[in-house]
Amino acid sequence: MSDDVRDETVRTGAPGRGYRPEGLDDAFSDGAAEAADRGAAHDAATEPASLPTLGPVGWLRWAWRQLTSMRVALLLLMLLAVAAVPGSVFPQRAQDPAKVAQYLEDHPGVGPWLDRVQMFDVYASVWFAAVYLLLFVSLVGCILPRSRQHWRALRGRPPRTPRRFGRFPAQGQGTSAASPRAVVEAAAASMRRGPSWLPFGRTYRVDVHDEGGGTWSASGERGYLRETGNLVFHLALVGLLISVATGQLLHYRGQAIVVQGRGFANAQVDYDTFERGSGFRDDTLVPFTMTLDRFDSRFDPETLQARDFTAHVTLTEPGEQARAETIKVNHPLSAGGAKVYLQGNGYAPDLTVTDAAGEVAFAGPVPFLPQDEVYTSRGVVKVPDVSGGQEQIGIVGYLLPSSQQVGPELFRSVAPELDDPLLVLSVWEGNLGLDTGVPQNVYQLDESRMTQATDDDGRPVTLYVRPGETVQLPDGLGALTWQGTPRYVALDLRHDPALGFVLVFALTALTGLAASLFAPRRRLWVRAAPGGEDGRTVVSAAGLARGDDVGLAPELERVLRDTLARARRGTAPAGPDRPAPPDRPADPTGATASRPAHPSTLDDEPGEPA
Amino acid sequence: MTTGNLSTLLVWAATTCFTIALVAYTVDLARVVDRAQKRRPVAAPVREAAVVGGGQATSVAEPPADVPGDATAAAAGGSSRAAGIARSTTYLGVVLLFVAIVLRGVAAGRWPTANMYEFTLVGAFVATLVLAIVQRRRPIAFVGVVVTGIAVLALVLGLNRFYVQADALPPALQNYWLVIHVGVAIVATGIFTVAFATSVLQVLADGREHGHSHLDHPWRSADGLRRALQGWSVTGPRFAWLEQVPDARRLEALSFRLNAIGFVLWTLTLIGGAIWAEHAWGRYWGWDPKEVGTFVAWVVYAAYLHARTTRGWSGRRAAYFVFAGYATVIANFTVVNLFFSGLHSYSGLK
Repeated sequence: MSDDVRDETVRTGAPGRGYRPEGLDDAFSDGAAEAADRGAAHDAATEPASLPTLGPVGWLRWAWRQLTSMRVALLLLMLLAVAAVPGSVFPQRAQDPAKVAQYLEDHPGVGPWLDRVQMFDVYASVWFAAVYLLLFVSLVGCILPRSRQHWRALRGRPPRTPRRFGRFPAQGQGTSAASPRAVVEAAAASMRRGPSWLPFGRTYRVDVHDEGGGTWSASGERGYLRETGNLVFHLALVGLLISVATGQLLHYRGQAIVVQGRGFANAQVDYDTFERGSGFRDDTLVPFTMTLDRFDSRFDPETLQARDFTAHVTLTEPGEQARAETIKVNHPLSAGGAKVYLQGNGYAPDLTVTDAAGEVAFAGPVPFLPQDEVYTSRGVVKVPDVSGGQEQIGIVGYLLPSSQQVGPELFRSVAPELDDPLLVLSVWEGNLGLDTGVPQNVYQLDESRMTQATDDDGRPVTLYVRPGETVQLPDGLGALTWQGTPRYVALDLRHDPALGFVLVFALTALTGLAASLFAPRRRLWVRAAPGGEDGRTVVSAAGLARGDDVGLAPELERVLRDTLARARRGTAPAGPDRPAPPDRPADPTGATASRPAHPSTLDDEPGEPA
Repeated sequence: MTTGNLSTLLVWAATTCFTIALVAYTVDLARVVDRAQKRRPVAAPVREAAVVGGGQATSVAEPPADVPGDATAAAAGGSSRAAGIARSTTYLGVVLLFVAIVLRGVAAGRWPTANMYEFTLVGAFVATLVLAIVQRRRPIAFVGVVVTGIAVLALVLGLNRFYVQADALPPALQNYWLVIHVGVAIVATGIFTVAFATSVLQVLADGREHGHSHLDHPWRSADGLRRALQGWSVTGPRFAWLEQVPDARRLEALSFRLNAIGFVLWTLTLIGGAIWAEHAWGRYWGWDPKEVGTFVAWVVYAAYLHARTTRGWSGRRAAYFVFAGYATVIANFTVVNLFFSGLHSYSGLK
């Protein structure tokens, strides 16, 4: 590979003075050019002899150059890729705190050490942030100077025609009866013209030079979009990072379980869990209310896989009429600046527990959490002591929506629908620990201060309850009635004001990326000199592209043919509205464009401007 | 016979076609080697030398000046019977696979990219289609061998391990993004596959052009292993066919073009996935294992694009990034689907 040539290119490129170094292969190449250039400068600056002259400012400058160099950017990119991996190897607190706790329990040896290096909070860890922040600093340090440079280049003119064309990857020759000036004017017109379907699409920026001695030349350049796209891509990434961070700052997110027939108000107290960014003020929560009217679910009768979930709700936004809405998976509901997602569903048996004194100690629907695809659901009822001198009662058990007896005292659910529901419960008595002040999980029973109710043989008592039935609790604790089985939905509410910005920056980055990779950057030169046979004008042309560009030689040929055709039709340059037929033989001698067999000079800088 | 079963049968038929194509490409490759050795009698003694002593085989790396153009023309124009068989069975396989995918969609009553099996089918289809297109322009038997090899492996694995009954979609997948997000991801994977094959070839060709092989220098502790592998030195006679393929520079350019398209599509996959995740899961990014894998692959390919323009990292070293990137893409598909639990667990396997 022509690395050495490339280096040479970079060094002689003199970036910032209109002509930017060519010979680097793609959108990112400019960064490389510059970085390599900086690297080269740095190599010179840090030779041992010059070391003593580096003061603190010098060292800072050196560090900055290092950070913004392409090689360090490359290193940081690879580091970022590697640093992201542990997050899917180890359980993450952000996704599944229970799994992290489990892992710490299972691995008492390495667990705490992994925790100390933030392996369970990888994406919020110091080292991960360090990598991507350094990467972004490097990116900004590289992109901003280049943006300035590109801005100058955008207003600049194409480079002057080089004296010799011999080193260029695409070359062409021809002769014309028209005068050199007319030929060059024709070439300029030909280059300026876009393709017929897009009048401004393929337009070159063209300069015409009088080189003296009757020789004229035209130099054209196109593809500024390439570097523009590259810069836009990188700047959009910065915008994306800022948008995401802003969203993190201003967002809130909460989960709530809403039982059929019950309402939900958008206030912190109504959420089961609630978290918000440090920039979000609680008083800005829009106080809309929502009621779950009905919940429909559909399952495949054979595979029992879910086919559809629909929650029918009534939404009341402040100052507005109540309206009926639906929430489905993939179709969140927008309410009060937040989106409401349907994340889960299940059954919430409506249970009433009366204590030994006949007082109602507990009444209401109890959400049971589905554990499998047939909705075998687990739930807990915590019955406090209402009448004096009573034990507190904890009832734990399973709901089987479509129960089937598979053995003596052994049941299982065979389908997720509510076909033949059965509650299988065990009863605990003692102290629920509600007064300890420690927040409790409502779906778990703290059995440490409780004893399980047993029958006379000392075997744990299991209650089997069907809808509408009332069963007596063991040990004369009271009675339990199953009133009905409403559905419940688990909702996820999220508000992120930066969402639109995230999307716009992401799409901008995509567009910029596509432009930077696919927009060809080309330079063409056409020179016309007198002194051919029979006083004809000798026309020569050359082309240079950034990177490997299969379209360069065909384009040079097109321009050359078109130029000669225009020149022959008359000295007047044809306007964009009179495109020349592309495939007509241009000249008796013909125009030929060729690509040398070994286009290793492709990456070359042209010689000194003529 | 149900439509679903017919689809499965057609996948087997396509797999058979690609297997034949694989064999034919290999035969064609051998023919190219043969021809190269016949053309240059010097190659014969060197071969013996390589068998006996090994290391001196480097002299082969200097091709006579007239050979490349000549032989490439011969390889391109003078289509052997094997090459013809390879081409036509590839086309046939692509068509059969396409019909199989359509029937699969008909049987399930939806767009057929919802589980690992269907992803494998469509991925293999895209890879072989890209192969068929690339081969029309430059017949490179080696790329054919690698791509049909991967396709056959993927299809057999898909049929035997990933297969699930054609069925309707769970609610989480009922979204038009299934077509865009997964479709684009599959196309990107297919393109990355061909680009990967090209990069492998590029590194081999580069090694031969520069006449250096890692097998030429003694390996400190594992020198026995090195001697056992000696015959597989890239500078040795077994790789004489490398002189018939386009030079490393052109292969690098081809690989870059494919990777550039793949990278843009991969970016689109990421963005589409984020938009869909925002609809379905209530967040556009949540570091789900699949998201992490896709992100890592994206970063590695981004590193590749940077590397190939960095001094001292272009060419051969940049190709190593392609290997890493492709490995990430494949791991993201297989390892993450099968061994990590996450929201993207749609393999349909238990």
